[in-house]
Amino acid sequence: MLRIARKEDMTGLRAVGVRIAAVLLALLASGLLILAMGYDPREVVRVMWSGMRTLKALASMIRIAIPLAMAALAVSIAFTMKFWNIGAEGQILMGAFAATAISSVLPEGTPGALRILLMALAGLAGGALWALPPALFRAAFRTNETLLTLMFNYIAIRWVEYLRCQLWKDPAAMGFPQIAPIPESAHLPQLLGVHIGWILVLVLAFLQWVFLRRTKKGFEVRVVGESEKTARYAGMTVGRVLLFGVLLSGALAGLTGMVKLNGTAFVLAERLAGGDGFTAIIIAWLSNLSAPVILVVAFLFAAMKQGAGWMEGLAGIPSALADTVQGLILFFALGSEFFIRYRIILESRHRTERKEAHP
Amino acid sequence: MTDTTPLMVLAVFLASAVRYSMPLLVGTLGETVTERSGHLNLGVEGMMLMGGAAGFVTAIRTDSLVLSLLAAMGGAIAGALFYAVLTVTFRANQVVTGLALTLFGAGVANTVGKGAVHASTPPHIQAFFAWQPLRPDLSAIESVPVLGPAAVFLRTVLLEYNIYVYMAVLLAVVLSLLLHRTRLGLHLRVVGENPASADASGIRVAATRYGAILVGGALCGLAGLYLPLVHNGTWVENITGGRGWIVVALVIFVRWSPLRAMLGALLFGALEIIGFKLQGFPQLAGNPLFSQYIIGMYPYIITVIVLVANSARKKGGWRGPGALGLPYFREER
Amino acid sequence: MGGPVPSAECPAIEMAGICKSFGHVRANHNVGFSVRSGEIHALLGENGSGKSTLMNILSGIYLPDAGSVAVRGRHVAFRSPRDAIAIGIGMVHQHFKLVESMTAMENIVAGTGRGLRLDRQQARERIRAFSRRFEMGLDPDKRVHDMSVGEKQTVEILKVLYRGADILVLDEPTAVLTPQEIGRLFGILRLMRQEGHSVIFISHKLNEVMSLCDRVTVLRRGETVGTVAVADCTTSRLVEMMVGRVVDLSIDRPRVQSSGLCLSVRNLSVRDEEGIRKLDDVSFDLHHGEILGVAGLAGSGQKELCETIAGLQAAEGGRIAFHGNDILGRSPRDIIRLGISMSFIPEDRLGMGLVAGMDIADNVMLKDYAFRPGLFLDRTAARKKAREIVSRLSIDTPGIFHPVRKLSGGNIQKVILGREIDLNPKLLITAYAVRGLDIHSSYTIYRLLNDQKVKGVAVLYIGEDLDVLLELCDRILVLFNGRVTGIVDARSSTKERIGLMMTGETPRAEGWQVPLPVPPLPASNACPVADRLLSPDSDRTMPAGPDGKGGGPC
Repeated sequence: MLRIARKEDMTGLRAVGVRIAAVLLALLASGLLILAMGYDPREVVRVMWSGMRTLKALASMIRIAIPLAMAALAVSIAFTMKFWNIGAEGQILMGAFAATAISSVLPEGTPGALRILLMALAGLAGGALWALPPALFRAAFRTNETLLTLMFNYIAIRWVEYLRCQLWKDPAAMGFPQIAPIPESAHLPQLLGVHIGWILVLVLAFLQWVFLRRTKKGFEVRVVGESEKTARYAGMTVGRVLLFGVLLSGALAGLTGMVKLNGTAFVLAERLAGGDGFTAIIIAWLSNLSAPVILVVAFLFAAMKQGAGWMEGLAGIPSALADTVQGLILFFALGSEFFIRYRIILESRHRTERKEAHP
Repeated sequence: MTDTTPLMVLAVFLASAVRYSMPLLVGTLGETVTERSGHLNLGVEGMMLMGGAAGFVTAIRTDSLVLSLLAAMGGAIAGALFYAVLTVTFRANQVVTGLALTLFGAGVANTVGKGAVHASTPPHIQAFFAWQPLRPDLSAIESVPVLGPAAVFLRTVLLEYNIYVYMAVLLAVVLSLLLHRTRLGLHLRVVGENPASADASGIRVAATRYGAILVGGALCGLAGLYLPLVHNGTWVENITGGRGWIVVALVIFVRWSPLRAMLGALLFGALEIIGFKLQGFPQLAGNPLFSQYIIGMYPYIITVIVLVANSARKKGGWRGPGALGLPYFREER
Repeated sequence: MGGPVPSAECPAIEMAGICKSFGHVRANHNVGFSVRSGEIHALLGENGSGKSTLMNILSGIYLPDAGSVAVRGRHVAFRSPRDAIAIGIGMVHQHFKLVESMTAMENIVAGTGRGLRLDRQQARERIRAFSRRFEMGLDPDKRVHDMSVGEKQTVEILKVLYRGADILVLDEPTAVLTPQEIGRLFGILRLMRQEGHSVIFISHKLNEVMSLCDRVTVLRRGETVGTVAVADCTTSRLVEMMVGRVVDLSIDRPRVQSSGLCLSVRNLSVRDEEGIRKLDDVSFDLHHGEILGVAGLAGSGQKELCETIAGLQAAEGGRIAFHGNDILGRSPRDIIRLGISMSFIPEDRLGMGLVAGMDIADNVMLKDYAFRPGLFLDRTAARKKAREIVSRLSIDTPGIFHPVRKLSGGNIQKVILGREIDLNPKLLITAYAVRGLDIHSSYTIYRLLNDQKVKGVAVLYIGEDLDVLLELCDRILVLFNGRVTGIVDARSSTKERIGLMMTGETPRAEGWQVPLPVPPLPASNACPVADRLLSPDSDRTMPAGPDGKGGGPC
């Protein structure tokens, strides 16, 4: 007979061990699943690896990892407050939308640096504003923010779709429903083969860590996340802290949208976020909301995505298979948390029976 | 065709809204069962895709409707089982697990469905779903003034559906009765409201939750199957196109009631088609409120309003299963 | 031991050698416990003596680490409450486990019977029958959220009876009840005894045990002290068994020259979110160098009183003046900004007084981090202060970076007290400061409170143990249903008198100090001269920091 009890926290090293074991098990399970679907796992590994090992591939992976890491940093601020912001997808889009809007009203001759700066500010504002209503409703009525932010994603997606197909449809695209691309001067400059978003991510990760661990506001965010009652007791205005944290979270997600727009996409479309907002939640969660770990996990996710892109073209293996593998790894990683936090006590029937024999 | 009278335009519109609402309704019923047990499964989209792909591929391979239905339920249940093990037994975060299930389900479905992209529903299954079992022959009274058009109107709105539609409606009624009139339903509700109370009362909390999640998964699978097998007649990548998320919204909109789910699904189904129906009216062309893309937002906006209004009410009234989203662990101290 | 069971009549319950630990805490160690059929058996012990753990094991909620349970002579191993119910053991929990949005009947029926069909009419009839038999007067179709506490408890009891239980466990059932409800409950329990049911009555209230029960088993620190018949036992003997020695509950009570008025509360009325009145026209004064005790049944308004003074709860009417300054309606931070140094040690230590997941150093910052200049936290100062507090109050911890959640109850309380005392408060409010602590830690807390009193701090002490209140406090304010039934001098008062007042009786004559009506406050906010003289630094924004210098206003 089994029973379960909470465990005193496991030491860091053993916890890492459990997580690694989980990933290995997940890969094993993935292999079996791939086999069951009629593909050769070795072939999948070979193709994926071939898509990862070049320097160009590395640059591409970093390009994929940038928005993932940024959005994960964004949601982890909200998650620290136990505000389950799953609206990063929408906030990314609205950030990109605001950046596009600003860019479209700037005169053509605006210097690139100024245009980029203004677009970044617009991105921050767009994301923050899109996160504002859920935060307000949560603060005022305790409305479930998970469901609210989820709905806001889809409103944002439809909005951008509307822009693309009707309001902002580019006449120059010859009937193709597309928004006019941003001017070339607004493209983010390259450094070491990747747009400078990568530097921004590193800086943001550091700032986010400093904010949460070292500043007074960050302290408030952490206390609110642990216990709203304690926060009130300590003199914090919970609603204001919540609002501040969520706006910050939304602003970062909005900036992610701008970086994606100016760094890789160059044109606004509802596919711009491309699920990054959701993947970011998973990354933040698996990283235990820790900024440095987020960088690493985001890169691993990007590597997987990069490898998957090659499967389709090189070996005719559906790229969706990579989503499957990612999903499996997630399942195992989520399950492994249990073995870190709880211990399972095996109680032998034997002992109980012996006792019954001799009362 | 007599479809040109305003009455018939309305009738045809309502009837197609009903058809469009089917995957939403069945999915909503499934997610309602799951959420009533206290588990928020955001993986509806993934389960619908898994069920749809498994069922459709089975249909074209075996030519058997029964096997196809079983495969659709089985595929989605497999996904739901991952979710159940992780959230019930391993107490993982429900939101994150649900998102992982969406990712996983889409991956599996699009891989499996790859081979079925150009296939179409086997003819006899097509024929089965073209069959309108309750359609009466009105040729005798069709030409009678007033009575004739009224009868045709009613027939179009109520009786010209395939068997899936009637089964779905029946399912909603049965689930409602089950939830409110039976012991099983009472137990499910107690588990979702207050698992500690259920536990102390001797109800098996974990087993009930497993059951609710798996049943919810099976229904999502059937909802997903409707799209390739009946609605489209073929598989396309990500065929659900976000309907799984509409389902999550709908469950809130109808406030966890299987009966209201019929009305809610009908409304959201109508919104889904009203967009491109309105394209036929040039006088509305410039008005963004009637743009099909803006109309596509309405389900979510309505849900937001319902969510906020629901939580803003001062006192009394039920705000959804009390333990929704929370894990339960008896020996926690 | 071993051997056959001698008596022809098996005990209803026989528990032997029960052990149960939670982490490092040994809740039950080698506990033995036996109950006969048709008796009301008290399980007596201080907070934290392991009563609830033992009963949770008996009702299948916890699994014991070791030991055996026999019901009517048959050995059983419960894996869940289901198993316990099946064998006829039902538990009425202290915190009700009811679904608020459902009716009494739905709550009672849930989990019983087989099959799909739910015969509401038959269930209703059965509930009515039980209700008549035990004179409960319950409406099966009333929703739980419309019920009084007493009614909810009745539902819990009926729930157990409906399942055919003949062994009932009641975990501190009277803690939340009014005296009338307690009377009714005792009537029901006596009827059950007549019908041959066994009742296990968990309590730490001696008078209830003496008046209701047949036998008593006393637990202390997770171990059995013994079982005695109530008939050949006295209250003082039971106290001795509970506490472990002939109790000398003598707590120091230094006489301090009172040095002026600190806090005046006038006509304070508070309603909770549901609109239920929690405080009704409460008035009292609290002086420097005084410990004012607050006595009352659980839920008589103590929590609201503390939280309203501390600025955590809005009031409907009345005034609260600190050194003549109105503070009612101000937030905790505003109160500090006004230069009022008040400390509040809440009842819910981990959920309100501390951040459970953070370490001691972080928790030490909680109250004054905001008043340091700049954007950043001053972690060096916090660490220094944390070390000081740990060594001064001899807190048992591996280090200041240890999460407070993992400390023992006494050490947790010391962390809060250390932090609050470090703020040099003029007013210290403590709610159930020794709840759940062992005797040793409790005395440390009493000593710390007395130190504060001698320093001239005004202390409001919310307590539950009348003996302690009588020994520690200078005066005692008694609350009943949110109203002050009287304020008495602790030196000349008796437990019986306070007990009566706690149940709503206002003492009339006999030299009792009943200071109502209290004189009204001056209308202005001006500080009385005396206060300025007595508290020269009362207009400082910050209490003195660890370096002895005051922090600047911010």
